[in-house]
Amino acid sequence: MARRWGRAPRMTAATLAVAGLVAATMTGCSALSGSASTGGGNSITLYSGQHLQTTQKLVAAFEKQTGITVSVRSNDEAVLADQIVTEGARSPADVFYTENTPPLELLQGKGLLSTVRSSTLAATPSRYNSPQGDWAGVSARVSVLIYNPRLISKSQLPTSVMQLADPKYKGKIALAAGETDFQPIVTSVLRAHGTAATEKWLNAVKANAAGHLYPDNETVTSDVNRGSAAVGIINQYYWYRLRAEIGAGATHSAIAFFAPRDPGYVLDVSGAAVLKSSTHQAAAQRFLAFLVSKPAQEIIGGHSLSYEYPIASGVITAAPETPFSQLQPNPITLGELGTGSAAIALLRRAGLL
Amino acid sequence: MTSSPVLDRHGPGPGQPGADGPVVVAATKARRARRPRALIASATLIAAVLALPLVFLLVEASGSGAGADARLIFRPLTAELLWNTVRLTVAVTALCAVIGTAAAWCVERTNVPGRKIWAVLVVVPLAIPDFVVSFGWASLWTWVHGFRGAVIVMTLAVYPLVYLPVAASLRGADPGQEEVARSLGSGRVRTFVRITLGQARGAILGGCLLVAMVMLAEYGAFEIVGYQTFTTAIFTEINVAFSLPAASALALVLVLLSLIVLGAEGKLRGRGRVSRSGALAQRVSAPYRLGRARIPALAGLTALTGLSLGVPVGSSIYWMATRGHDSLTGVSMPMAALTTALYGLLSAGLATLMALPVALLAVRHPGGARRFLERSTYLVLAVPGVVIALALSYFTERYLRGFGYQTAPLLILAYAIMFFPLALVGVKASLARAPVSLDEVARSLGQPRLTVLWRVTLRLTGPGLVAAFCLVFLSVITELTATLILIPTGVQTLASQFWVYETNLSYGQAAPFALVMIAVAAIPSWVLGRFFDRGAADPRMMT
Repeated sequence: MARRWGRAPRMTAATLAVAGLVAATMTGCSALSGSASTGGGNSITLYSGQHLQTTQKLVAAFEKQTGITVSVRSNDEAVLADQIVTEGARSPADVFYTENTPPLELLQGKGLLSTVRSSTLAATPSRYNSPQGDWAGVSARVSVLIYNPRLISKSQLPTSVMQLADPKYKGKIALAAGETDFQPIVTSVLRAHGTAATEKWLNAVKANAAGHLYPDNETVTSDVNRGSAAVGIINQYYWYRLRAEIGAGATHSAIAFFAPRDPGYVLDVSGAAVLKSSTHQAAAQRFLAFLVSKPAQEIIGGHSLSYEYPIASGVITAAPETPFSQLQPNPITLGELGTGSAAIALLRRAGLL
Repeated sequence: MTSSPVLDRHGPGPGQPGADGPVVVAATKARRARRPRALIASATLIAAVLALPLVFLLVEASGSGAGADARLIFRPLTAELLWNTVRLTVAVTALCAVIGTAAAWCVERTNVPGRKIWAVLVVVPLAIPDFVVSFGWASLWTWVHGFRGAVIVMTLAVYPLVYLPVAASLRGADPGQEEVARSLGSGRVRTFVRITLGQARGAILGGCLLVAMVMLAEYGAFEIVGYQTFTTAIFTEINVAFSLPAASALALVLVLLSLIVLGAEGKLRGRGRVSRSGALAQRVSAPYRLGRARIPALAGLTALTGLSLGVPVGSSIYWMATRGHDSLTGVSMPMAALTTALYGLLSAGLATLMALPVALLAVRHPGGARRFLERSTYLVLAVPGVVIALALSYFTERYLRGFGYQTAPLLILAYAIMFFPLALVGVKASLARAPVSLDEVARSLGQPRLTVLWRVTLRLTGPGLVAAFCLVFLSVITELTATLILIPTGVQTLASQFWVYETNLSYGQAAPFALVMIAVAAIPSWVLGRFFDRGAADPRMMT
């Protein structure tokens, strides 16, 4: 037996495999680790929850203008917020750029953000910035109704979000209550009508949406477009993105606004902040200043596929047909929208979260 | 079909502990009595590393207060979501057990035409991103929705978790037992149920355990088919309420659920050791002649791969052909493929290596505390990837001053932790069939312990080790949530680059990455098939 083992049976294949693995690993080190430099003074790390098309265009323009390199880490904004909290004082992030303000409000509440330079805050109307000055608004979206004209005529549509509780809409509503865009609407309703009425309204909306409760707005949008539900509440850009994706010919839905200043007519703002833990404060502040500058705002309003409204005055959007200046949203402030914790508590009590 | 004289001596059947043969009995007893210290130490260390995510969950959940956690857990919606999770888990596990075992038997034990090709095709679905699978289905048929949709989509995505261990087990099983049963007058069906399935029982149960645990923590595909599970609630806490503490409290409920699954599997497995005579006789059974049954077998395999592979591949090609290419820039395809393959290889190697001592301890030196140690390592499978990644970020930041954070080694460790149970099932199933007596013969002949491990034990468990490696490799290819958190900034895997394009609706750009993921997944599946075939052609390969 021992002699048999001594012949090292079929060792070659394993040895070759191991050697190959080691060689591949050594040549592949750059493939695994990349070449992102984080130590240099002329580079920043951006944690971004924003759409990548827009982010990449903005970053490219910023790099060209300033010579500062930007490493982008893309992920869901909520996960990035949790990640930044977990990373604490040693977070590699210099700038955090989000689609919505609640993650920024969360980090602000935990004292993790630096104050934004006042010249940056002054570039846009102050109502789109953090009241505390720790983050700056960059672009905006607005909540609308999406409807399928084959199933419901425009005249039958509710003019207020409160009417969605009406029994006549039973079985017609699609709702993604877990989406980040719905909770600001609940906060707005709560502010306008108080807890008891909001709770009653939520329960009625839930009953009307039974069978069409979805995890995300993309599903709501495609379902209404397909005709499985008649009406849904979304942010306007979902519909534009769907139309760009499937073409006007396959778009069987349309969007409609609520009545001016209705609690359901809510503006959501995308914003950015500098991390207090950042060791590149100056470069990070420059990036924020760039985001609200005219060239950046024109990138957002131009041909970006995020279909958002630039918020600096005088920049006109290409795709959303209704100009930003003509929107008449509910006057609720971003500070009042906060992190939406009261709305979340109500959504939970209604069994929607 | 030659085999060495020693190998022809059959070892003990189950319940015949004294049959080891007179030569080695004395030495055996002395050695069994010794506590395997090195093994216990390394297994304990590995179990401790695997417990890190659980510790993180406890730390986070305690942050929100027991009252708040209880209010969140004990409410009607939680019950409803739990029910959704449980019935889905039961349905998918049952279907996977049947489909995975049937496919493994057809491919490994029958003369169904094109066995080598099927052996690759039936494994690949594991490495197709959930999103591609469910998108393909949802765009083909609108009735693929809700519970029904989730069952179909998930069964077709995870049945390889049963197939791989069972195939490895059937491949190495002793055909003699079947022959004996047949010669004693047992019918074909009876022999199949009693002997063939009996031999594969450990592997089937292990595979089902993996499916059930994976289903508990699954999230991705359900978004598309609109089926809300308990994990949906966890992600809502993270995404909407920004409450990691609440999410952690809910994730602990999943851990409890998986304890129940583990307990059930333990009960079903029973106390008896799995038959160990198999690997002693490294003969390969003559394939079962299907005769007229070839047609339904072929049709079944065609339908299975057509649905699990054809639908997602078809929708990827459709995307490429019809969807627009935006001006998004990303890493090049070869770079992403190389990165993915290297991460896959290294973490599969690490996970398999980590599984060895734990499996050795569980199989060769069973005992109360050691059993607990081994079982505890499965729990990590019920923890969502986001939580595992955040746990590693928490511990490196807190105790290592951020050392190694967002570097390749930490991500490799994260993958190895996440998919450790997959490796463990593969290693354990084949280790349980590798006879201790051979190790003991080798030791009695004066071979050092490590030499025995390398030359005897590892060779006997070869198919299981390769299956374990492949299971982890295939899972790493599509891993996304932990990847996005821990990957070095600027590096992209196929999955992360796919995600970037897909979330930005650049399906035309995303689709090629999905196809390359499938291609990369086919490589280890092919190697696995080759490995087995060499073993079949040359019995010494295994000995």
